[in-house]
Amino acid sequence: MTAIAPARPSAGWRGFGRLLTTEAKVWLRDYASPFFGIVFPTIILLGVGYFIPGMRDPILDAPSDSVWYGLTPIATFLPTVLAMAIGTAALTVMPVTVATYREKGVLRRLSTTPMRPQGIVASHLIINIVTTLVGIALALVVAQVAFGVPVPTQLGVVVLAAALGLCAMFALGMLVAAVAPRASAANAIAMSIYFPMLLVAGLWTPGPIMPELLRQIGQFTPLGAAAQALTEGWFESGFPTLQLVVMAVYTVVLVPLAVRLFRWT
Amino acid sequence: MTQPVVEVTNLRKTYGPKVAVDDVTFAVRPGEIFGILGPNGAGKTTTVETLAGLRRADGGTVRVLGRDTQRDPAAVKDLLGVQLQEAALHDKITVGEALRLFAGFYPNPADPDELLALLDLTEHVDKQFGRLSGGQKQRLSIALALIGNPEVAILDELTTGLDPQARRSTWDLVERVRDTGVTILLVTHFMEEAERLCDRLVVIDAGRVVADGTPSGLIADLDTDRTVVVRFTDDAHEPARAVLDRLAAEHPDVTGVAEPNGVPGEIAVTGTPRVLFAVVPALAAADLVPDDVRTVTRTLEDVFLAVTGRTYDQDDEPAHAAEGDRS
Repeated sequence: MTAIAPARPSAGWRGFGRLLTTEAKVWLRDYASPFFGIVFPTIILLGVGYFIPGMRDPILDAPSDSVWYGLTPIATFLPTVLAMAIGTAALTVMPVTVATYREKGVLRRLSTTPMRPQGIVASHLIINIVTTLVGIALALVVAQVAFGVPVPTQLGVVVLAAALGLCAMFALGMLVAAVAPRASAANAIAMSIYFPMLLVAGLWTPGPIMPELLRQIGQFTPLGAAAQALTEGWFESGFPTLQLVVMAVYTVVLVPLAVRLFRWT
Repeated sequence: MTQPVVEVTNLRKTYGPKVAVDDVTFAVRPGEIFGILGPNGAGKTTTVETLAGLRRADGGTVRVLGRDTQRDPAAVKDLLGVQLQEAALHDKITVGEALRLFAGFYPNPADPDELLALLDLTEHVDKQFGRLSGGQKQRLSIALALIGNPEVAILDELTTGLDPQARRSTWDLVERVRDTGVTILLVTHFMEEAERLCDRLVVIDAGRVVADGTPSGLIADLDTDRTVVVRFTDDAHEPARAVLDRLAAEHPDVTGVAEPNGVPGEIAVTGTPRVLFAVVPALAAADLVPDDVRTVTRTLEDVFLAVTGRTYDQDDEPAHAAEGDRS
């Protein structure tokens, strides 16, 4: 409508702030996504703690010099719940959102505007990482208030394990988001990874009661490694080198792969 | 002459062994509504998507506002508005949110409220995208193509799926947008739309331009035959046929008489543009009063038939687009 404006290079990220806030607002209208990312792990924690008998009774049948002696079973379950919080939005929410946008042509529509379609992927990365952090915080507060879980013995290891676990799981989620042609496909792929991940993260056999074989396998998966590293940092005194390296390797391998394989249409 | 706003030269695009666009050349002048008309699968959408920098061409050049959009697709995105064939927004974003969101991407956006008014969307500003009707979605899609204050807008199949009334009001709207100074590239498979809206157009078939010009020019370039169809009641039909057969044999402006299948009692008289002047006095002299008289109007459909040798057959084309007004 104006004939005078000369063509000039577009900023590419102009309007990203508006994009991020609009995407967040619209995303919150889908109650399921925030629910799974934020509340679901805490509901599992409360359910296991209150409905499974003996979860709040101190462990007295362990050797008295063991780190587990005197802890409640629900306390040893906390690293699993944190791992779950780390992996849920990354794997079950974000890839489905991105695949839906691809399927509906939102990514293509955006690429006709000066905004890069990367902008919308970036906004959902941010939204889901924030969701994950809120979900972790909620689980920690509830664990403290409801079950009086002790503070970590090695806070630095716990933070490092959580951060690397988050990177590895979002890298995995991005890979699913990169290749799934439709939302239904993204959901199917994500779920077929998510449930085995929960198994190796100890959802059914947390921390000290996990069978050795499952633990051996789990340490080479991003979420199993995260749960084991969190357990080590929270209750024990060793340094979970292998698990941290596993998560770092997943991140540095999967991120470039996801970027390479990403399809906009 | 002023520099073309859009220039496509010998464009070619293949998908594996399939040739989507074989050889397409056209130029769009500032301020006009330029049409790309053709049947589904002719290569129209591939042409404009390549033009917008969304696809890589295999040959030829595309320029928008003097910029090569293949080499630098970002160069014109501030000044090019695109409405894609399918609606593409989150179901839960509202009309107002979508417009303000897209406005943020452009350096000199239009006023969202003005666009809402122009597109009759003001009352739906808080409605979520998933709850809009087909026509409302289409209007929002046009609004999003215009929100950046573009110099050129590409509108791809903008009335597909709309009912006739919504289609007509969308056409009015496109003319209003053009009147604000935007050059419009209109992609359509719908002949009536092209004929009604376009200042100039190209007809594309199987990836090639088969005709180009103004709609009326293309129709005028067809041969000069005219046809008048008259209909009689059963008792008048025989004598009328005899009168008209004699006329065809004697009158220089009348070349043929036929009874096309379809409506019983109809007789089609073909001749020069003066055929009507010959038919009416002859019938009057014999006092044969037809129940109905109509002239068969030529349309872009006849142009398509003439240049491709095939009838233009589209599923959602109205049944009687080829026939003219009753007189």
